[in-house]
Formats: sequence, C-alpha cells, structure tokens
Amino acid sequence: MQELRDILGPTLFYYAFSPAIKIAVVVFVGVLPLISYLVLAERKILGFIQVRTGPNRVGPWGLFQPIADIMKLLVKEDVIPNKAVKWAFVLAPCLVVGPAFVIFAVIPFGPSAAQTGGGLDYFITDVNIGVLFVVALATIGVYGIIIGGWSSNSKFSLLGGLRSAAQMISYEVPQGFSLVIPLLMAGTMSLQGIVGAQLEQGRWFLFAFFPFGLIAFMIYLIAGVAESNRNPFDLPEAESELVAGFHTEYTGMRFALFFLGEYANMIVISAVAVTLFLGGWARPFPNVEALSFLDASFLPAGLVGVLWFSLKLSVFLFVYIWFRGTFPRYRFDQLMDLGWKWLIPLSLVTLFAVGLWKVLLL
Amino acid sequence: MEVAVFAVFALLALGSALVVVLHRNPIYSTMSLVVTLISIAVLFVLLGAPFLAALQVLVYTGAILVLFLFVLMLLNVGAGGRGPDRLGQKIGAVGASAAFGVVMLTLLWGRFHGFELSPLTEEIVALKPLAKQLMTTYLLPFEMVGLLLLAAVIAATALAKKPEVRLPREKT
Repeated sequence: MQELRDILGPTLFYYAFSPAIKIAVVVFVGVLPLISYLVLAERKILGFIQVRTGPNRVGPWGLFQPIADIMKLLVKEDVIPNKAVKWAFVLAPCLVVGPAFVIFAVIPFGPSAAQTGGGLDYFITDVNIGVLFVVALATIGVYGIIIGGWSSNSKFSLLGGLRSAAQMISYEVPQGFSLVIPLLMAGTMSLQGIVGAQLEQGRWFLFAFFPFGLIAFMIYLIAGVAESNRNPFDLPEAESELVAGFHTEYTGMRFALFFLGEYANMIVISAVAVTLFLGGWARPFPNVEALSFLDASFLPAGLVGVLWFSLKLSVFLFVYIWFRGTFPRYRFDQLMDLGWKWLIPLSLVTLFAVGLWKVLLL
Repeated sequence: MEVAVFAVFALLALGSALVVVLHRNPIYSTMSLVVTLISIAVLFVLLGAPFLAALQVLVYTGAILVLFLFVLMLLNVGAGGRGPDRLGQKIGAVGASAAFGVVMLTLLWGRFHGFELSPLTEEIVALKPLAKQLMTTYLLPFEMVGLLLLAAVIAATALAKKPEVRLPREKT
C-alpha cells in the first residue's frame, strides 16, 4: 500500500481509495452480481421445494438466466401513470435502493489491516456508532415504499405503502431492542469492534448469556424478515389481495430498482446478523486451537475472513428463501399481534435480563 | 470543504423549513420536513456529534415523520389542500417566530459583547460523556421526560380504545 501511495502521490491515492469509490467497487463487483444470482438461487431452491426444476433454459442449468432477466428489464417500456406525482414516482425507487447500498460502507467483510499485519482493510470504513448508522439508514428505506405507494395514485399502491409503513414501524422496535443486546455484550457500537469482542471472548454472541443471546437472535431474525417485506411478512405486496402492493404501477427498470432494494435489504440484514451474532468474519470457535486448520493459513488471512463471512451470509440468505418456500402469509392483525404483543415484550424482558446479568455477575 | 458542506445543508434546512410552513399541501410539507431534519442531522455530524445525528434520523425521520405521512395518506388530506389561514393563526405564528428571533439575536449579540456561551464541543456530545451526563447531572429531567412520554402513551391508548358496545339483551 505504501509503495502505491508513493507512486500515485497522496491526492490521487486518496481519490483512488476514498470511501465513495470503495462503496462503488463493493456494490458493483460484490453486491449486484450477488443479488442477480441470489434471484436465480431463489428460483432454483423454490423449484426444488415445490418439486419442479426452476429456470433451466438459458445457458447450462439456467446459469445465464439473471443476465437475460436484466436485459429484459432494461429494454422494457417505462410507464409513468398519467395522474401520478411524477417527481415522487421517479424518486421513490432511488430512496429504497440508495440507503441500502450506503449501509455496505460500515459492514466489516473481513479483518482490518492491523489485525492481519499489513495489507488491505477488508471493510470500507469503521464508524464508532456503526450499529446506529445501520438502523438509521435502514429506516429511510421506508420512505421509498410509502412515497412510491402514494405517488402512483392507485388504491392498491396506497394500501401497500400504508401497510408497509405500519409494519416497518412496528418491527423496528423489537429489532432495535434485540440489537442492543449484543452491544451490551461487546461494550461498543462499532461493528468491527463487536467482531473483535467476540474474538476476544472466544464465543459467538448467539451463545453468550445463554439463552438470552439466542432469544435476541431469533427476535432479530423475525423482525429482520418483516423489515425486508419478505415472506411470510410480505403483506405490502400481497399478490392475492393487492395485485402487487406499492409497486403495482411500476414497470421496467424502476420496478427492478424496488426489487434490487428488497434483495439489498435482505443482504444487509443478514450481514448485520452475521456480524452481531455469528462472529462476523471470524472462523467458528476462534479460541479452540484444535480447529486452527479452519484458518486455512495457506491463504491470505484477510481473504479467509471474507470467505467465512460469505459462508455465514449465504446460510442466512438460504434461510430467507426457505421461509418463502415454507410459510404461508400472515394476516394483518396476526402480524401486528406478533410484533406488539410478543416480540416487543419478549425483547424488553431479554434486554433487562442481560443487563441484570451483566451488573450482578460480571 | 467543511464550510461548503455547512453552507449547502444550512441553506437546504432553511429552504425546506420555509416549504414546510408555506406549502398548501400537508403531504409536501411533511416531506420537506424530512429534508429539514436530515440536513440538521448532517449539521450535527459537522459539529462532531454523529451519535445525535444518527438518533435524529432514527427517531424523527425514521419513526415520527413516517407516522405523520401515514396518517396524512390514510385520511387523504392532501387532495384538497389546506383551507385559508385564520387571522389568529397568522398573528400567533408571526408572534412566536418573532419571539424566537429576538432570543436568538440576543444570544448572538451577547456572543460579540463578552458573554460566554458554551458551544457544543465533542467532549460534551460524544457518546460516553453524553450518556454520563444524562445519567448523572440531568437524571431528573431525563426521568421526567420519560414519565411524560409514558403518560402520553397511556392517554393515547385510552383515547383510541373503542367504547364497549353493549348489545341489547335478547328476550327469551
């Protein structure tokens, strides 16, 4: 790195490695291909669950299907309804996608240069309010859905947008509480710091303060599925009652942006869960010497971190798809009951218990 | 760089705040209030208080204004726009903002004539000192605000609760 800096000079070096460019690289090289193949994986896995083959015509085993899909979405006609509020209609998809991509700036994909002894930082930036940053940006995504639903000037869209607003506000509360629990265990809000704390304590926070870590993780998982509007909580776009909910009137690339936002949110929520509860980029049982072959020391340490992170991430993404293939959709009052009457009290009790444990026993 | 960012977001905050007050359609007003609050959050970051900025976005733009928009859209108030302003409303608005302006100008005047203001420095607004002060120096106001909010929640629940409907007893 230092040699590179000498060659390029400090100014050029800064621009070449500034966070904005890092985000662009992560999004275009990492996240977008991941999303397009996640869609394929979803269709294949759903096919397997429903005993059919899934897409298998484009390329070997349907491997080029995402490319064909993207081409189709790009060349489709872009329709803006006559009575829509045009600027808001155009703005809404960007409001869903933008914040979701910005969150990738604080996700630690791998160890820092200091931890591996030189080389690259395998994350974009590390802010000391990391978790709050993620939650705050995630809440902005709601606006995209509400504004999209309202500006379409259609009953179905408006109902979808309203449902989404109610749902996301309800589930933000238990999600927030369940996120506080790993913070209490780690004593820091920086995401990289939380992974460091798990390494230091030699345990995933999933198993810390048993069973409270586990309960917090389950609450986060359920609230996370609800936050990303996925099955079984996909009421904002329930096709059997609302046609397609908030994106009924959207076509072509604008519809694809909503789609992209949903999948980016899935990845963000999974990445945060991996970081907070499953030890992030650290290998399983980081304090057990006998398992040190899992560190694969013939590879660069940073790369191994990224590998473990991706492995854990893909487990979560599979669980999302599995949910979709398995569970029927909730009814709206059941959804609200689950959020307000079960998850919020349960998360409060868990938070209280962990706090008490920390004060009394440690 | 910092000055440029400050200028852009300060102007954005002022401009969108004007739209909040002047626009006839309440939905547009709420949306520009979102812009105002986010610009103020950026100003917090410039002051070295990213924690306050994140909380501002999380609580105000992320939760409260979403509820505002929710209610406005549910009732579909936006369609007709707001009616004409009443005279009392106008007088009240001008009076309140004039009073606020006087307070602000007095502070500014005092600043240039030797009156020491304590600016928000990083030692005050960073996460740990802020938490410590809330739990020690300002514990009483903090708890009182909490109690007030709790009372408001209970009152809102009581108001929203449907009165029990008594069905007329069927004669046997």
